[in-house]
Amino acid sequence: MEAQAIFDTLQGKFGDAVVELQGEGFSPAFVVVAPAAVKEVSRFLKEDPDLSFDSLMCLSGVDYKEKFAVAYHLHSLKHRHAIGLKAMLPRENPSLPSVDDVWPAANFHEREAFDLFGIVFEGSKDLRRILLPEDWEGHPLRKDYKYPDFYHGIKV
Amino acid sequence: MSPDPAHGTLTGKGGAGTSAPSGASAALGPEAHVMVGNADLFVNWARKSSLWYLLFATACCGIELMQAGASRYDLDRFGAVFRATPRQSDLMLVAGTITHKMAERVKRLYDQMPEPKYVISMGSCANTGGPFYKDSYCVVKGVDLIIPVDVYIPGCPPRPEALIDGIMKLQKIIMQRKNYGAKA
Repeated sequence: MEAQAIFDTLQGKFGDAVVELQGEGFSPAFVVVAPAAVKEVSRFLKEDPDLSFDSLMCLSGVDYKEKFAVAYHLHSLKHRHAIGLKAMLPRENPSLPSVDDVWPAANFHEREAFDLFGIVFEGSKDLRRILLPEDWEGHPLRKDYKYPDFYHGIKV
Repeated sequence: MSPDPAHGTLTGKGGAGTSAPSGASAALGPEAHVMVGNADLFVNWARKSSLWYLLFATACCGIELMQAGASRYDLDRFGAVFRATPRQSDLMLVAGTITHKMAERVKRLYDQMPEPKYVISMGSCANTGGPFYKDSYCVVKGVDLIIPVDVYIPGCPPRPEALIDGIMKLQKIIMQRKNYGAKA
């Protein structure tokens, strides 16, 4: 199914929660959805027989300076089509629902986005730091991150 | 070989098959084999010839380390074989990038090794942080910030020849130790 058709299907189902289609310069195209609707949209994308996006290829955090975003790359092994999903988040207390009970693979990716960007995934099964030490302060991939001088007495 | 009580050294005549008369100086003929040496030399020689190294590979340098240990470069001919536990290791080959999260484990592994112990820092990451020297929040800028290093091997990653050269340099360092390797 083409990106425009997927977008139309989603908009018909979820209305205003599906904001826009970003087709220019993206392959696959991104469907921008409201953060609160991410979980319902994800479940529909996975379980609808015409869509059946059974594979979450990637889940990434993005820092656009004035806001954050979470981008999902989905692929269907059954229909051999792909789509991107994007949720824009405010810079203060970025949070959105976790999708780890839709695709269990989301857990590690969500932990990474939490670790490096500080994006909170509500309802996650296990939201801990995944790469950095447990007692690390701050989220290093944020554009306004300030490097610490020392970590456990070792110069950073 | 039988101990000679009169001289306090090991004597032998013709090898293990021939039994020398014990306690008699008859063993010390013109063809007697008497070994007189410096104990340091012997101990250092033994140590340099059995450098068991800890399998500790954290990045691509580990691939070169495996290559050096495999049949083509054959690190075994230096008496260097890998050990999977620090408690049986003499040498820690730090092959790869050390992050701040890993640093604690590196220190702990080093502390578990019995004395005398040596460290070779292999590759740019372990030497200085390498390509992660600038603008990295997570990489330790050189393993010598955590543990003492005997030999640094440059390269990204170093070829097995370079690693073997580094081990031979460490062997030279070991041969220069005095008083059984005690700190001067």
